Amino acid sequence: MSGTTMITDTVTVFSRELRPVLRDPFSVVFSMIQPLVFLGLFAPLLPDVEGGSALQWFVPGIVVMSCLFSTSFTGSNLLFEIQTGAHERTLVTPLRRPALIVGRALKEIVPMIVQTAIIVAVCTPFGFDLHVGGVAAGVAILAVMAVGLGALSYTLALASKNTEWLFWTVQQTVLFPLLLLAGILLPVDDGPGWLRALSSANPLTYVVDAERALFNGEFPASTVLAAVVASVAVAVLGLAVGTRAMRRSS
Amino acid sequence: MNATMIQTSGLTRHFTVKKQTVKAVRGLDLQVEEGELVALLGPNGAGKSTTLRMLTTLIPPTSGTAAVAGYDVVVQQREVRRVIGYIGQGNGAAHSQRGRDELVSQGRAYGMSVRESRARAAELIASLDLAAVADRPVSSLSGGQKRRLDIAMGLIHAPRLLFLDEPSTGLDPQNRANLQEHILKLRAEHGTTIVLTTHYLDEADAMAERVIVIDHGTVIADDTPARLKAEHAGDLITLGFASASDAARAAARLDALAGAAVTAAGATVEVRVAGGSRLVPGIIRDLDAAGIAVESTAVNRPTLDDVFLNLTGRSLREGAVGNSGTDTVTAEEVAA
Ligand SMILES: Nc1ncnc2c1ncn2[C@@H]1O[C@H](COP(=O)(O)OP(=O)(O)OP(=O)(O)O)[C@@H](O)[C@H]1O
Ligand SMILES: [Mg+2]
Repeated sequence: MSGTTMITDTVTVFSRELRPVLRDPFSVVFSMIQPLVFLGLFAPLLPDVEGGSALQWFVPGIVVMSCLFSTSFTGSNLLFEIQTGAHERTLVTPLRRPALIVGRALKEIVPMIVQTAIIVAVCTPFGFDLHVGGVAAGVAILAVMAVGLGALSYTLALASKNTEWLFWTVQQTVLFPLLLLAGILLPVDDGPGWLRALSSANPLTYVVDAERALFNGEFPASTVLAAVVASVAVAVLGLAVGTRAMRRSS
Repeated sequence: MNATMIQTSGLTRHFTVKKQTVKAVRGLDLQVEEGELVALLGPNGAGKSTTLRMLTTLIPPTSGTAAVAGYDVVVQQREVRRVIGYIGQGNGAAHSQRGRDELVSQGRAYGMSVRESRARAAELIASLDLAAVADRPVSSLSGGQKRRLDIAMGLIHAPRLLFLDEPSTGLDPQNRANLQEHILKLRAEHGTTIVLTTHYLDEADAMAERVIVIDHGTVIADDTPARLKAEHAGDLITLGFASASDAARAAARLDALAGAAVTAAGATVEVRVAGGSRLVPGIIRDLDAAGIAVESTAVNRPTLDDVFLNLTGRSLREGAVGNSGTDTVTAEEVAA
């Protein structure tokens, strides 16, 4: 039996998490239903912006929304594994505890990329102006955010071990304020001061701002940097609390 | 060979539930040598799973120490995990996965190569009769199929020490027999040390050469099934009479029998005594001489449940979940 490293352990966990997605790719689309409904029913209500379709403003937000939905739900898979005994079984293996959270969180990147591709593909024929380089850069930033959000969702699942309602209550309570405060559906710029203050405390706000610029083919350095900092901060926080929770898990 | 595989000293675990302390395991001193097959037997809530969960590094002891294969379960968790296999009370395979995929991941977790894991998975799928379901989502498997998959996962890396928490719960008699055979073979071929918990008295009796009876978090007996029975429970002689008055007279006479516990109910008398079958002819002659005709006799060998009853005053069978009701009670009919 050969030795394992943090990297091989992470790959093991990552591939295990990814396998059901590969076996049933359609599952990636399920968590997109809501974002796609918003896209279909909300975007037509938006006035066209100067020099382009309203989609140019709306699509990046929907991409972030879709990522937020699927990453925040992802802990429920772990919660189910905690309840059946599958999680306990993995805890008895020599897999390193950080790998158990890092491998899972990294997997979140894959559905995010697929979802982004679908959204962009659906919207381009309807007047969305595709800038491939910008979209790629936006996806890179969002990948870091997805890892952080996924890790937080898994942490919440570990904390909800004996109280399943806790997971759903917190997830639902946090999801929509995060969404609205990030200015995904409506701009926050014209809101009252307290709302703008809350919005600027929301890391997603910076990501949404940067995605809008990048998806439009612009690369404003400070906006992009703010988004990178916000994503990295969420990822570091998520992985840190996740690893701690995983070490204590039984 | 014959290294000590498990050594615990004062192993204790408390849980606090709503400010109340549950003393799940209280000061367990245990030693298991390499190659032993040990059954932990005890009623619901006795502390069997909690003990296994401490030995498998899942939960730390409140106090006391435990070493597994020479490694401390708190300080050297990864070393312990590499040596052991664990089949918990729940289901080890995730519902969203397929059985074969879970087996391969499990092999990878123990550092086996992909090729090695695949080959080993195929081998276990065949030997645990999972071929028809291994490539289906786990959620679609029956309880018994899931249990067999759990067992396959616990065996993937051919561990030196295997813990099984109620492995046969949910299996039909054929699969139970199959599993028992598998476990015994594992031990015969690889000298694997095996610690299992069970509610099935016959299973403990048939498989383990050492039974540790646990109640309220402490060991109350620890010996071979044969010696436990010889020491803690006698044979049960049941005598049938023509009438209740005959039975009462017989009971009065039999009370004189050394070391016997006699109870009369209706027209039958039960005598609990060691070496029952050898005593029966004498009893019949004696009662005959006193003018009491014995109409029927039966001698039942003691079961582990009788041992438990004797030790605690309670039966393991009542209230025990998943009891089989098929405990091997060897009845020797004696011609009257
Ligand atoms: N995580 C926990 N939190 C609180 N109490 C617990 C916990 N785990 C076990 N207990 C309590 O500890 C005691 C021993 O439980 P344990 O699961 O070890 O019993 P067991 O012998 O395995 O029983 P069973 O045969 O039902 O599986 C029980 O009273 C149980 O309620
Ligand atoms: Mg138990």
